[in-house]
Amino acid sequence: MDSIAIELRGIDKSFGPVHANKNINLKVRKGTIHGVIGENGAGKSTLMSILYGFYQADSGEIHVDGKQVTIRDPNAAIAAGIGMVHQHFMLVENFTVLENIMLGAEESQILNKGIAKARDELKRLEREYALEVNPDAVIEELPVGLQQRVEILKALYRRADILILDEPTGVLTPAEADHLFRVLEQLKSQGKTIILITHKLREIMAITDEVSVMRRGEMVATRTTAETSVEELAELMVGRRVLLRVEKGEAKPGDVKLSVNGLTVKDGRGVTMVDNVSFNLRAGEIVGIAGVAGNGQSELLEAISGIRRAVSGEVLLNGKPINVTGHVDPKDLRDRGLAHVPEDRHHVGLVLKFEECENAILGYHHDKRYLNGVFLNVDAIRKDAEQRIAEYDIRPPNARLKTANFSGGNQQKIVLAREMERSPDVLIIGQPTRGVDVGAIEFIHKRIIEMRDQGKAVLLVSVELDEIRALSDRILVMFAGRVVGERDPDATEGELGLLMAGVEGRKEAAE
Amino acid sequence: MDFFHVIVVLLESTIRVSVPLIFAALAGLFTERAGIFDIGLEGKMLGAAFAAGAVAAITQSVWLGLLAAILISVALSLVHGYASITQRGNQIVSGVAINFIVAGSTVILGEAWFRQGGRTPALAEGARFQTINFPFADTIREVPFIGPIYADLLSGHFILTYLAFAMVPLSWWILYRTRFGLRLRAVGENPGAVDTAGISVIWMRYRAVICCGILCGFAGAYLSLAMTAGFVKGMTAGKGYIALAALIFAKWRPFNIMLACLLFGFLDAFAIRLQGNPLPLIGQVPVQLMQALPYILTVILLAGFIGKAIPPKAGGVPYVKER
Repeated sequence: MDSIAIELRGIDKSFGPVHANKNINLKVRKGTIHGVIGENGAGKSTLMSILYGFYQADSGEIHVDGKQVTIRDPNAAIAAGIGMVHQHFMLVENFTVLENIMLGAEESQILNKGIAKARDELKRLEREYALEVNPDAVIEELPVGLQQRVEILKALYRRADILILDEPTGVLTPAEADHLFRVLEQLKSQGKTIILITHKLREIMAITDEVSVMRRGEMVATRTTAETSVEELAELMVGRRVLLRVEKGEAKPGDVKLSVNGLTVKDGRGVTMVDNVSFNLRAGEIVGIAGVAGNGQSELLEAISGIRRAVSGEVLLNGKPINVTGHVDPKDLRDRGLAHVPEDRHHVGLVLKFEECENAILGYHHDKRYLNGVFLNVDAIRKDAEQRIAEYDIRPPNARLKTANFSGGNQQKIVLAREMERSPDVLIIGQPTRGVDVGAIEFIHKRIIEMRDQGKAVLLVSVELDEIRALSDRILVMFAGRVVGERDPDATEGELGLLMAGVEGRKEAAE
Repeated sequence: MDFFHVIVVLLESTIRVSVPLIFAALAGLFTERAGIFDIGLEGKMLGAAFAAGAVAAITQSVWLGLLAAILISVALSLVHGYASITQRGNQIVSGVAINFIVAGSTVILGEAWFRQGGRTPALAEGARFQTINFPFADTIREVPFIGPIYADLLSGHFILTYLAFAMVPLSWWILYRTRFGLRLRAVGENPGAVDTAGISVIWMRYRAVICCGILCGFAGAYLSLAMTAGFVKGMTAGKGYIALAALIFAKWRPFNIMLACLLFGFLDAFAIRLQGNPLPLIGQVPVQLMQALPYILTVILLAGFIGKAIPPKAGGVPYVKER
């Protein structure tokens, strides 16, 4: 079977000055799983929203099953047999599963008549596709994986033959993602066509038949999945060769810049989160802190950077104590050469409603160069922001754009640029690449190593073990609030894994 | 007067003062469930009361008065709708603006047209609602216990009173048992879900706002055509705000709304009855305290006793597609 389910011809779309889709052509064969990949902001979601009638293309044609169709609104898309599972679920959380599935397809003015029918139809779909879910459960009480299943059922209930899934695994645990893939295979075997939008290369390789790559609003290539590789796709996405492994030279550790002695931190409920932790951080080295999320890494960072008060212990910055058990003024820490890239950039690192240039000076707005008496020197702020945007390749290059409108990777670059450009003695980084795409990850890793090579002391916390191993010169493993071991970066994943699970650590601590 | 009789009289006036609260709170229920906060219930009610009083005085027809009340109230609702749905403005500002405009313009227009200090002329019998007496009310009244309940409590109210209480189950049925209600509630929780299901969010919300206008029209007409004979300036006297408090207190549910309105109505009736009469042990209670009681009660009960009142999730937020 080689018929085409969907064909897009010359789709073009701009949002004001942003050219989101440039002359896109795409063919999706019937009964296949077709991947669409691209970095954040490459225009994948816009393209799919056009296909689903959420936006109108400025020009171009959409053909479904060989016939040209006009998709003016989601109704037209549904009528054309297109269903969509949105990245952020379009579910009414305090409605039941059944109510959500019926919404918009109730069949009659009075609900009672439709409900029985919907219930039967749902049963049939459940049997046919092995998608079980209790129709009377309330959405907000269901785990995310099941909520997604409801979204899929919603599309099937509307008799969709073509299913678009936008970043479906972003919110799923690995086990839930595996289950989703089995469901997609099942749907494919029943003749449905599936378009999978993602920026995760592993998913593409695992499940798709064909894959199309988007970059900066353009469709740059389409490949048969079996004939391509992760490296080739990454290169197509970013537009140049991507080093999936960072290169770095020997570390040349110098003086101790940050010294942590017997630090103990409790959380709001009085539970000890950091338990008597001690370590030294030297100039010119990266110390990575590995551990499963929730073993005290976050609290450790917060205590050192003065966000959370410690119960006891001592922290020396350049030999002088930080008052970690009392009040710490973050401005004072910054002046003394400590910069902090927080784990949660949305809530701690940025004010999303501010313009890019405003976030670029947040915390440094007292600098003389940004002030004209009591007023902000807007010209200087914008000039600096524009320079950073160029240096860090922040896209779109617009210092006046609201920060919320940047992709995750670019937001992270804004924070990194702000903290790194002061040339601090000590840089503390939490989760540098969480929610960041491939191209930006490479860039961020390179920058972190550059900082080290300039003789800065870097403390890195990440739940990505690969990242810790790639960047660190020394690895500390935290488990249940304690440092349970120190390893070289060439320690095997298995060895570190055991430490992180608290298995090896107990023995070592006993010795 | 024996104790039983006092209770019956108190309950009877409770019903009387609860009616506009029930209409207005149900009106608020429709908009707020659709995601539009409506602080302008007060203004709409007042505008409707004025329109009813003025038109009934001129035409001598109570029905034309009622119709005028509904039309004006719907028109004001549409202004609020245009500001907050189409123009995506701030819903609180729009509501407050409506309250102020109506409070001022009813007095100005009333003075200009009728020259009675902002009042409308007192209405003759045919131009206002009459109470409806149930059959045999007078005969049964003498029967102990059941008699007064039937004759004074159930019988002898205005048609709008019965309509208000009928609206409670009807509103419930519309919201929970019809397609319109399902979509209306969905649009107040997650308009994105409604939009992606191929339903117009804007049209849904306008319809909700119109429902609100109609119900506020009844509330206003009740004030000037039934409870009193004509419009007096500022005659809503904060009932729109009390209705809002009742709506929150009732956690946006129709039957709870009726109970909340009856409770607040009871406090009001009690306050009127208490005026000048000292309470045993406590002594004289200031009227102001009694008038503030509904609000105080709402705050206290919400804070500690009935749990959190969670408003519709998309309430107050204009719908904009991503980007």
